[in-house]
Amino acid sequence: MDNIVEVDNLSVSFDVRGGLLLRKIGSVQAVNNVSFSIRRGEVLGVVGESGCGKSTLARLILRLIEPSSGKIRFNGNDILKLSKNELRKQRRHMQMVFQDPFSVMDPLYTVFRSLNEAFKINGIIHTPEERLSTINGLLEMVNLSPLHGHSYPHQLSGGQKQRADIARALALSPEFLVLDEPTAALDVSVQAQVIKLLDELKEKMNLTFLFISHDLSLVSYFCDRIIVMYLGNIMEILPADAVSKKPCHPYTKALTDNIFSTIPNKENSIPVLEGEVPTPFNLPPGCVFASRCNKVKSLCHEEAPLLRDVPEGGQVACHYPLFDISS
Amino acid sequence: MTFLKVTDLSVEFTNNKKSVTPINGVSFEMKAGEVLGVVGETGSGKSLTAQSIMGLTPLVGGQVSGSIQFGDKDLLTISSSEMQSIRGAEISYIPQNPMTSLDPVFRVGDQIVEGIRTHQKMSKKDAKQLTLDIMEELHIPSPRQVYMQYPHQLSGGLKQRIVIAIGLVTNPKLLIADEPTTALDVTVQAQIMRLFKEHTVAKNISLLLITHDLGVVAQVCDKVAVMYAGNLVEYGDINSIFGKPNHPYTQALIACIPTMGMIKGDLSAINGSVPNAGSYPEGCRFHTRCPYIKSQCKTEVPSMKSLSGEILTACHLY
Repeated sequence: MDNIVEVDNLSVSFDVRGGLLLRKIGSVQAVNNVSFSIRRGEVLGVVGESGCGKSTLARLILRLIEPSSGKIRFNGNDILKLSKNELRKQRRHMQMVFQDPFSVMDPLYTVFRSLNEAFKINGIIHTPEERLSTINGLLEMVNLSPLHGHSYPHQLSGGQKQRADIARALALSPEFLVLDEPTAALDVSVQAQVIKLLDELKEKMNLTFLFISHDLSLVSYFCDRIIVMYLGNIMEILPADAVSKKPCHPYTKALTDNIFSTIPNKENSIPVLEGEVPTPFNLPPGCVFASRCNKVKSLCHEEAPLLRDVPEGGQVACHYPLFDISS
Repeated sequence: MTFLKVTDLSVEFTNNKKSVTPINGVSFEMKAGEVLGVVGETGSGKSLTAQSIMGLTPLVGGQVSGSIQFGDKDLLTISSSEMQSIRGAEISYIPQNPMTSLDPVFRVGDQIVEGIRTHQKMSKKDAKQLTLDIMEELHIPSPRQVYMQYPHQLSGGLKQRIVIAIGLVTNPKLLIADEPTTALDVTVQAQIMRLFKEHTVAKNISLLLITHDLGVVAQVCDKVAVMYAGNLVEYGDINSIFGKPNHPYTQALIACIPTMGMIKGDLSAINGSVPNAGSYPEGCRFHTRCPYIKSQCKTEVPSMKSLSGEILTACHLY
């Protein structure tokens, strides 16, 4: 299987300014030395708590923000070396669906006009008749009727807006879609509709997804492989079915323990990971998870663990993984 | 004696001479020390039900009818000064968003003290000590330091703990928590839900927990009330509701939640979306999305019927 996206040692840090003259007083390492690849046709999930750098990672891959260092290859091209024009041509093939369907569409444009925009900017499909039929086809594909094309965003429900946004992302038939918490603002019944739709579209259009979410059970349902992030670092990359069976990193285990199942369980106490995600400002050396880890030893405070291969597939960055990975 | 009995609660708003009833004929009962979960999607009337019990609905222009029996009083007929003495002392409310429910210009410790001194005659010194004690009980690290801080200096999880402290410190009989963990990360959500579990059981406080997350309900509740578009559709014991739900909406709601180990393709969705309060359909309000629709459903509102064991269901199927 070939890789559609390859990310090598990608880092980005943001300066923090303060004081009267807004001098630089430090920096936040939002994404730290991250390497992974996305296989063509797979759904790769990224999970983590707020502030772990998952949305920053998504924006980096589409080069919506510039990294401090590292490489990103899309279909073999190093997209960080592309000029503005060349990048625009590549963007047709990689699109993004955003978290908040309420703020992503222009409130003064009808859905039709928003979708039409994509064709105008890229200078494809010139005749109005052709555009009309293409856009109606897109709306139908996301289970909206052509009538919804005449609606303004405020006239649509949350789920309809998210579907319109998916249609917008698919307008130029991309190969690769970044989905940044596409269902976080939706009710569960509507979330299920959107997930089913995405699954159908993926099969129909041979898409590859990078799916970002904080909901580990949703990610393990929808994705093939999962990246677990914490404070800008990859803690573990694992196949989706290993999440419940064999998480190697103590943080992955803590996240799975904190999924509340729908099996009534009033009698038992809830397992808890103490503490909260520390501020990413001037982190101490060593493993970033050390301050909350229940398996912590002195080495964890001294040396940051590197990603190591797990024999059953996947990689883990931990000095003392929960399962033996030496073989 | 009844602890809390809500009978036929309805709330009506008038907008441009058009009447809207976001809550219509809701009845349920709570025993002392019980944990009741109210679940439903956006716009189902969960929060409004809670606000009606707190006597806050008239403030936003709602007409409340029915009765809310709390102990020997009907909360809908007592005077507003009497309600004032109950609100915060006997019934506490933990609002949805900890980020906006604290006053940004007061120290968080003083905000807890204010709640105590409104309802009890207590010296400032004693109230401060009580505040530090409750902060410690809620596992707030270095309470003395946090006491002196302002809301913006605290993380979301800590802010939520302060709001919970305000709710618990007066030793209420009933605590109403409106989506207390929605804005929090999963690991912090687990911490907060554990606190709820420990504190309500230990002090025999009844908890009315409003949430859209069925997983949270399964972890802490004794009973569940499922709401849809302002109606109570199913109500009963937690094991029956999760084990063998009768109402098509409850069944569908449970089936839309992805769970660990679920096989791809097994997730089912409910077609359409929750209707707006102004455009509820006639008859059963769920009929537009229901897979088992009959002609009766379009015209006749189903009433709550007692089915197997401890479960009440409002559906024409039964």
